[in-house]
Amino acid sequence: MYKYSKVLIFFLCLWPIYSLSYYIYFNQLGPDPIKKIMHHFGEWSLIFICLTLAMTPLQRITKSNFWVKHRRMLGLFVFFYVSVHLLIYVGLDYRFDWNSISDDLIKKKYIYIGFSAWLLLIPLALTSSQKMMIKLKSNWKKLHRLIYVIAAFGILHFIWMSKTIFFEPLIYLIIIVVLFLFRIKIRKST
Amino acid sequence: MIKFKSSEITPEKIYKNRRNFIKNLGLATGSLYLSTTSYGLSSSTDENELRNQITAYNDITTYNNYYEFGTQKADPHKNSENFKTDPWSVTIEGAVQKKITLSMDDINKLFATEERVYRLRCVEGWSMVIPWNGFPLKNLLSKVEPLGKAKFISFETIYDPEQMVGQRYPILKWPYVEGLRIDEAMHPLTFMVTGLYGKDLPNQNGSPIRLMVPWKYGFKSAKAIVKIKFLEKMPKSSWMIASPREYGFYSNVNPNVDHPRWSQATERVIGTGIWTPRIKTLMFNGYADEVAQLYSGMDLKKYF
Repeated sequence: MYKYSKVLIFFLCLWPIYSLSYYIYFNQLGPDPIKKIMHHFGEWSLIFICLTLAMTPLQRITKSNFWVKHRRMLGLFVFFYVSVHLLIYVGLDYRFDWNSISDDLIKKKYIYIGFSAWLLLIPLALTSSQKMMIKLKSNWKKLHRLIYVIAAFGILHFIWMSKTIFFEPLIYLIIIVVLFLFRIKIRKST
Repeated sequence: MIKFKSSEITPEKIYKNRRNFIKNLGLATGSLYLSTTSYGLSSSTDENELRNQITAYNDITTYNNYYEFGTQKADPHKNSENFKTDPWSVTIEGAVQKKITLSMDDINKLFATEERVYRLRCVEGWSMVIPWNGFPLKNLLSKVEPLGKAKFISFETIYDPEQMVGQRYPILKWPYVEGLRIDEAMHPLTFMVTGLYGKDLPNQNGSPIRLMVPWKYGFKSAKAIVKIKFLEKMPKSSWMIASPREYGFYSNVNPNVDHPRWSQATERVIGTGIWTPRIKTLMFNGYADEVAQLYSGMDLKKYF
């Protein structure tokens, strides 16, 4: 059962790729396609962060450990989509123009914090295997709590790049705060 | 405004060909300020081609920053469909001898329209090239007698939250206000727009009448204007109120002064597809020869 659900969820997690292919195929990328693609992966990164963080609360609510079993894959998809998002910025938008990119990195706080979030994701991705989990013991859990910092950075990245008060980043902020409060409640009750 | 029958509207392709034809003949003077000289920058001819290529009508009318109709680029096109622009009038008031109110009919009768192909550079780092129809702002301003103390002019967009969805939310301070120094407003390049591509101005582009100041970032060019005020003191624009650190009064296109959020050194040309690289942004958006003298002696880093 787990085997099948794993495969199914893997293909479901590729949804952002399917929808992007649809946009490309039916010419729906609009007048500023690079920005559209970049935002597409940026938003899906945030959605996958929310999904990853939702697994533990879902386990509590439904009293089924189906959810937590798939958390690792969701987390790896976060890393994947954030990496694609970054690669589009670096490669497609700035054509690997490292001068402009490093200039952005120093001067623009939303770039800086977004890049930091990606850097923080690297150790999580590297230690995601069962082997590393056993090796790191209790440290593994501590390390992987970084996902909360990453989530906060991701939302700050979104808020700081918005020109005025926008609704979308606030929606993500509310979701993350709710998920976070859930966690605190769980920890207190156990 | 001249009304066209649909049969008289030039299709985009033919329109563009005609433009190229005029350009090739070298007859493009006067109304065509779109210079083909390279301004001494290290920009290649490829870049200049991109820089001067007229943007498709569809891109100009579906990719808009017009927060009165929503904050997404496609929102204004969707949400402005039923916006009523008739009847419409523009009031010129403030530090003037006698204030006047002109209806759109008056305006269309009083001022002969001409075409101007201008580059539009958004503060977000993208650009378009748009064939506008309209008349120089100074023609309109000449209908009033400003008082000696008047130094600035403000432009106000209509406030109508019933029709403008975005105005129901405090995204910006409504109504939208922008401003110019009088000498900027009287500059021959400063244009009042009533049409584009030889057609009536679409609602999402600021119908029925908007400003176009080609050497400044796009947000300076207020849309759907109902009020023009002569002022003694520099007005605070909606964007200056929203974020004074990011938006200054002048907001001249300047590749050397970065916006806290976007580098202004380069821009993406709208409608060129994903494999086309960014182009270098030009000082005063390429209109330095015409406007640089307005700012001689000013520290443009301080007066951003």
